[in-house]
Amino acid sequence: MSTDHEPGRHRLYGRLDDPAADAGHVEHPPRVGFFTDTSVCIGCKACEVACKEWNLVPDDGMNLLGMSLDNSGMLGANTWRHVAFIEREAPLGGQVSGVEGMPTGASGVAHMEATVAAGLRDTERGGGELGTTTVDLGMPSLSLPGAATGAESRTDFSWLMMSDVCKHCTHAACLDVCPTGALFRTEFGTVVVQQDICNGCGYCVSGCPFGVIDRRPQDGRANKCTLCYDRLQDGLEPACAKACPTESIQFGPLDELRERAAARVEQLHERGVPEARLYGEDPDDGIGGSAAFFLLLDEPEVYGLPPDPIVASRDLVDMWRHAGAACAAFVTAAVAVFVAAGRR
Amino acid sequence: MTQGGDGRALETGTRTFARSRRGRGEELMVPPAEFRSYYGRPVLKPPVWEWKIAAYLFTGGLSAGSAVLGAGAELTGRPALRRAGWLSALASLLASTYFLVSDLGRPERFHHMLRVAKPTSPMSVGTWVLTAYAPGVGIAAMRELVPTRWRTTLPGRLVRRAARPAGLAAAALAPAVASYPAVLLSQTAAPAWHEARRELPFLFTGSAAATAGGLAMVLAPRGEAGPARGLAVYGAIQELVASRVLEERLDLVAQAYRTGKAHQLRHASELLTAGGLAGTLLGAGRSRTVAVASGAALLAGGALQRFGVFEAGVASTKDPRYVIEPQRARMAQRDAGSGSAAG
Repeated sequence: MSTDHEPGRHRLYGRLDDPAADAGHVEHPPRVGFFTDTSVCIGCKACEVACKEWNLVPDDGMNLLGMSLDNSGMLGANTWRHVAFIEREAPLGGQVSGVEGMPTGASGVAHMEATVAAGLRDTERGGGELGTTTVDLGMPSLSLPGAATGAESRTDFSWLMMSDVCKHCTHAACLDVCPTGALFRTEFGTVVVQQDICNGCGYCVSGCPFGVIDRRPQDGRANKCTLCYDRLQDGLEPACAKACPTESIQFGPLDELRERAAARVEQLHERGVPEARLYGEDPDDGIGGSAAFFLLLDEPEVYGLPPDPIVASRDLVDMWRHAGAACAAFVTAAVAVFVAAGRR
Repeated sequence: MTQGGDGRALETGTRTFARSRRGRGEELMVPPAEFRSYYGRPVLKPPVWEWKIAAYLFTGGLSAGSAVLGAGAELTGRPALRRAGWLSALASLLASTYFLVSDLGRPERFHHMLRVAKPTSPMSVGTWVLTAYAPGVGIAAMRELVPTRWRTTLPGRLVRRAARPAGLAAAALAPAVASYPAVLLSQTAAPAWHEARRELPFLFTGSAAATAGGLAMVLAPRGEAGPARGLAVYGAIQELVASRVLEERLDLVAQAYRTGKAHQLRHASELLTAGGLAGTLLGAGRSRTVAVASGAALLAGGALQRFGVFEAGVASTKDPRYVIEPQRARMAQRDAGSGSAAG
């Protein structure tokens, strides 16, 4: 795959340095995005709230999902920022929690995860409706600390938090498959749904390799993060970044964010957090890199992210070639059966 | 993605699944027998599409196959087969239209599909193919519906005059109508659909031929249904072979086709299609009863196949294993190789 971008040619896969220009914006502002540094996220959910308020996203319930402090479940039509909480029976980097060996009983993590996973499988869309409609997963019933076992079963502990958001991919599958042109690439390089155009065909929902965009049951249209398109046009930063009290969510020109992120990973590695790694910043990955990328402290799938996403459009030519071969076989067979049967 | 971790083995969040193997005793490429996820939650969004989309996959293919039979019968002088073909093509096209429009979140905005033509969207391509295909089917079928006493009126004469070119134009687009839905499903993140991108077009056109042949065997007299039987035999064989190849070629994701509801539907489909194929080959040319029974079996088999493929795709989005494990395997393969291979 060549890395040169030929102007005027629509590209489906590979490195693409200027998606806004590729989409036809001649003079445009620099591409912007989010660098979400999960190492400083405190799980306050100010981003979730600010997003809801600014964008007037409907309420989707204050649900106790049994997933640590996560009560929005996953990104969806009515959840454009989602804070994930992961409880691990392992320390973070070189940290010492001080609880290992203390006689306070077994950890409930395994029990909690088993309960939630079992509950999710019984929900209508396998949990895909979290953040869209109310689901009752029940609460995991945890044994009283120390009731069952002694100090030998006590584990170390760390708590990961991460504010997830639409990735605004360089090669956005939702945008590629949208049949109405409702989804479009803005001058900032972001991907936005035009609500007056979308007819709710649902193709983008199945196209997205991250499970971000969804159809809102209340109005039948696809919804997702707009990266606060209206605020960007007025020179403001998106609501979530504005509200974030720890600078976990950083907004800015993508080039600058990538530099900042690389420095932050190096710093964390030096300070004894070897798990720190970036997710989505690589312009040569399966989606051409994302405008919203992350610093993670564990494998992506632990946060509910696909480890190696690709845009399905990568195989567009291959798919149509096979469809063409199937058509040729079909036509040949049809001609053959009539020729064999002859005229009457 | 930059891997900054030191590969520290964290047991937390690890769920162990029975390791799947391929029938030939070959080891899976997936290195870990366990995978980690966010509370077992799906990574992808399961489709918002309902049963109507699966039903459309069936009726759309049926319409395309019937149009080909109608046009062939027109050219080879088989009026009863022609009538059966065009009326079937129109009826299933109308059903398709209903299924497609009513499954939209905003059905009253269906015409927004016509404001752009996007080659990157198989749904846009399909919309335009159907838009070009539908009028021909309508005119060709209308000739079959014009009452005898109106044949000599001006509208009657116009329809009769236009039916042949219109029908032939529609039949020329029929292969595209039959095959584009395969591309539509494959261009999604649903692993069971995307990974099956090479087999689905053959499965769908085969199924279109088998079901259209089957319906014509039910509707047209034996004497004229020879080409319908031929098309049904071709279609049924291709449908059965593509279905087998698909299961064999997909690694882990084949489990989405081999288990659960998808398996039940596809298993029943294969029995019906194989039965219909046997009946078509052995007795449909001699006995009207066998022809009707075989045709009905082929129709049912084709319908269940489409529902089975649909269910497999949905199932593969609900279980994060289908997303995470193949991606991990791909990454491991890339790391092991020269690092140049992409997916």
